[in-house]
Amino acid sequence: MSESPDERPDDAQYENARDRAATVAPLAPREFLRWTWRQLTSMRTALILLFLLALGAVPGSVVPQNAVDSLAAARWRDQHPSLTPIYEKLGMFNVYSSPWFSAIYILLMVSLVGCILPRTRVYLRAMRARPPKAPRNLARLPEHRTFTTDQEPDEVLRHARAALRGYRVDLAGPVDGTGSIAAERGYLREAGNLLFHVSVLVVLVGFAVGSLLGYKGGVLVVTGGQFANVSSQYDEFTPGSLFSVGSLEPFSFKVTDFDVTFDTGKRNFGLATDFSAGLSYKSSPNGEVKTARISVNHPLSIDGTKVFLIGHGYAPDITVRDTEGNVEYSGPVIFLPEDTMFRSSGVIKVPDASPKQLGFRGEFYPTTGFSMETGPTSVFPDAKLPLLSMQVYAGDLGLDDGIPQSVYALNTDNMKPVQKDGKDFRVDLAPGKGIIKSDGSLIPSTVTLPDGLGTITFNGVSRFVKLQISKNPADGVALAGVVLALLGLLGSLFIKPRRIWVSARREGGRTVVEVAGLDRSAGGDLSGVVDDLAGKLENRMSEDKA
Amino acid sequence: MSHAQFEVLSNQAVAICGAFYFIALLAHLAEWAAGRNVPLDADAAADAAAVSGTASAGTASAGSADTLVAVQESTEKMERFARWGLVATGVAAGVHLVAVVARGLAADPIRVPWGNMYEFTLTASLVVTIGYLALYRRFKLAWLSPVVTGFLLVVLMLDALLLYDPVFKLRDALQSPWLVIHVIAAIIATGAFTLGGMASVLYLIKERWLRNQGDPDRTPRRVGYLDRVPGLVQLDRFSYRVHAFAFPIWTFAALIAGPIWAEAAWGRYWGWDPKEVWAFITWVVYAAYLHARATAGWKGRAAAIIAIIGLLTLWFNFVGINFFFGSGSQHSYA
Repeated sequence: MSESPDERPDDAQYENARDRAATVAPLAPREFLRWTWRQLTSMRTALILLFLLALGAVPGSVVPQNAVDSLAAARWRDQHPSLTPIYEKLGMFNVYSSPWFSAIYILLMVSLVGCILPRTRVYLRAMRARPPKAPRNLARLPEHRTFTTDQEPDEVLRHARAALRGYRVDLAGPVDGTGSIAAERGYLREAGNLLFHVSVLVVLVGFAVGSLLGYKGGVLVVTGGQFANVSSQYDEFTPGSLFSVGSLEPFSFKVTDFDVTFDTGKRNFGLATDFSAGLSYKSSPNGEVKTARISVNHPLSIDGTKVFLIGHGYAPDITVRDTEGNVEYSGPVIFLPEDTMFRSSGVIKVPDASPKQLGFRGEFYPTTGFSMETGPTSVFPDAKLPLLSMQVYAGDLGLDDGIPQSVYALNTDNMKPVQKDGKDFRVDLAPGKGIIKSDGSLIPSTVTLPDGLGTITFNGVSRFVKLQISKNPADGVALAGVVLALLGLLGSLFIKPRRIWVSARREGGRTVVEVAGLDRSAGGDLSGVVDDLAGKLENRMSEDKA
Repeated sequence: MSHAQFEVLSNQAVAICGAFYFIALLAHLAEWAAGRNVPLDADAAADAAAVSGTASAGTASAGSADTLVAVQESTEKMERFARWGLVATGVAAGVHLVAVVARGLAADPIRVPWGNMYEFTLTASLVVTIGYLALYRRFKLAWLSPVVTGFLLVVLMLDALLLYDPVFKLRDALQSPWLVIHVIAAIIATGAFTLGGMASVLYLIKERWLRNQGDPDRTPRRVGYLDRVPGLVQLDRFSYRVHAFAFPIWTFAALIAGPIWAEAAWGRYWGWDPKEVWAFITWVVYAAYLHARATAGWKGRAAAIIAIIGLLTLWFNFVGINFFFGSGSQHSYA
């Protein structure tokens, strides 16, 4: 798994093995194992595995992935009922953890190891080796120059040796007026190459360890709300296989405030340019209270666990009372944003309502606008003209069945839409003094429900933040691995391995000097180097004479 | 100057540098047209003729004194057109740079002009020009001139027609020093891979052309463009050098700077977002290219094909992901 044209031990072995496989049959089990191993660790196999890896990664970008966007994946499954079972079998929703994808990269890793080991052995031997002696006929090398001088061969070779700084140099002779120098450099190229390939393994190990020992969780917290770092407080919690919930850091925090600026300019209309949340946190129940501001690109790190601000939205503050004015429900309810203008949808469940349980389902518009095409919608993401429009259901919320329910979905199996004058009853609410519509009627902040079901009040708008909390104990390992890989890569691409030979022999009263070079990388062009050296030597010789 | 004026300046500069690339392309086409009468080894032919004193110096086309004069005229014409082409490309590069800088100054507050696809393409195409001009002498890139100038013209046209976006404020996820580091690395690598990919395409064309050359003794009367495209070894070497330059930069952009930034902005290093998937695919394909170049049976043609596949995945990642996956990608802005 590296590029060096003249040394391909694995390929050569592969050829041999194949020849042998063709002639000697049947193979003994040991032979067969050896053959398989060589086959697997050959460069051809590695290349094919690389292509399979690239190809195998493609479906994960086309089909929504459970691990990336579980909501999108679920939606996709709903829309494609006939394909879904086939895709499930093929692991299309979990490509990167599917057996076949794992098989590709595990084989690639085996191939990698099978390549690194022998190459390391070869390299260690080559590290200690002396540069190979000058070939008998230097003129047969692709790059060579010849010139003559009056200087003695040992003088020529002495200068050549000085000029070859940075090379490992061996001097032979001069004996009987004939001598040569063999020089080699660029030993670190192969070291870089090996470092790169080992580092790839380090990165994978780092990732594997991180995903085994770490965890990732998401939680929505309304401003003013609290969060304690225990698994039950998370909305979604994905621990690594070896992560124990008991090892969650015992921190807690309160979201004190949330700031956001929306651009009102024509060009960037509605773009959130700046948003940040204030946190007051304790790293342990008895620890001192500290404060921090988090924003995109600026997470908070508490004892190795990081808290990221990744989104935000609205939580209308609602109070539901019975006909006598007793509070049945009160507090902010999270509505999830649906578009860039923060048209949001959500449900309110009031299990304590009497005479029947109540459920509300509808939309929230931070800045209400209306058009005949879209109906009510939001025209700006800031809460300039908030409106809550919901349908009302009465009956059994189904919370006592023991089946866990999403807080964002209303199970209306045992509920009926509340009606008034034969039509489904909608509540439209605006906080404070309400909104006066164009026809002069008022959208109030409190609405009385029909059939003695009580009242509902929209007290005001709170905001919530979407936080991601995660811990990845081995991320440093993976990062260090990538950086080492890059260093190794640079070495393997840019260190130029080459051999240079200089020979000098007496011929007819003069010294014939030959300079030749051999490039041992895949892309080198030695003509310049050999020209330089020959030119330098020739000049030096004539200078000395003068 | 106000921000709006800078935006106008940038747009006008794009139009002007497009015009200069067009002039350069015409000059280079004229160069190669003039070259049809110049034998491959024109200098040697002229020298030989001068030494022997006669015009019949054993070269293919220099038959008489008249043709020798004609050859000399064509050679001069060729050199002149080549010079004009280079000058026009140089001017275009300068104006191109103005377009990029003005684009950055047009935003309020001022920022690096790498906030969307239009700006990314504008800058990456500048990298192609700069890379081509910087390597022109060292690698004797005259043969690449018509390809590069034609390519730049087309890309700038597509950029202005299809990808244009008015200057926008950066969304919050992009407000990070990593924008500069991650994106410039991606831009440089994209530009360099593109340049290397051109050489790989020419490699395939020339290789096919050489195979179809039929009778080797038949001396072509006219010397076409492909005659002057360097041999397969040099093409392969140039392509490799440029790819070897781009690959570590891509590694840095996609696998180091990208994950670090993603962790800060989104809370995860690597999330298999479509853009990340395709960056990974591109990386794997180029890694395969580097390996293939050193493997018997994969050298040359196969390696060139792999390099071109790599380039296609790179471009697909840039353009395709945004069009096909749009909002499905967290990278949907770039």
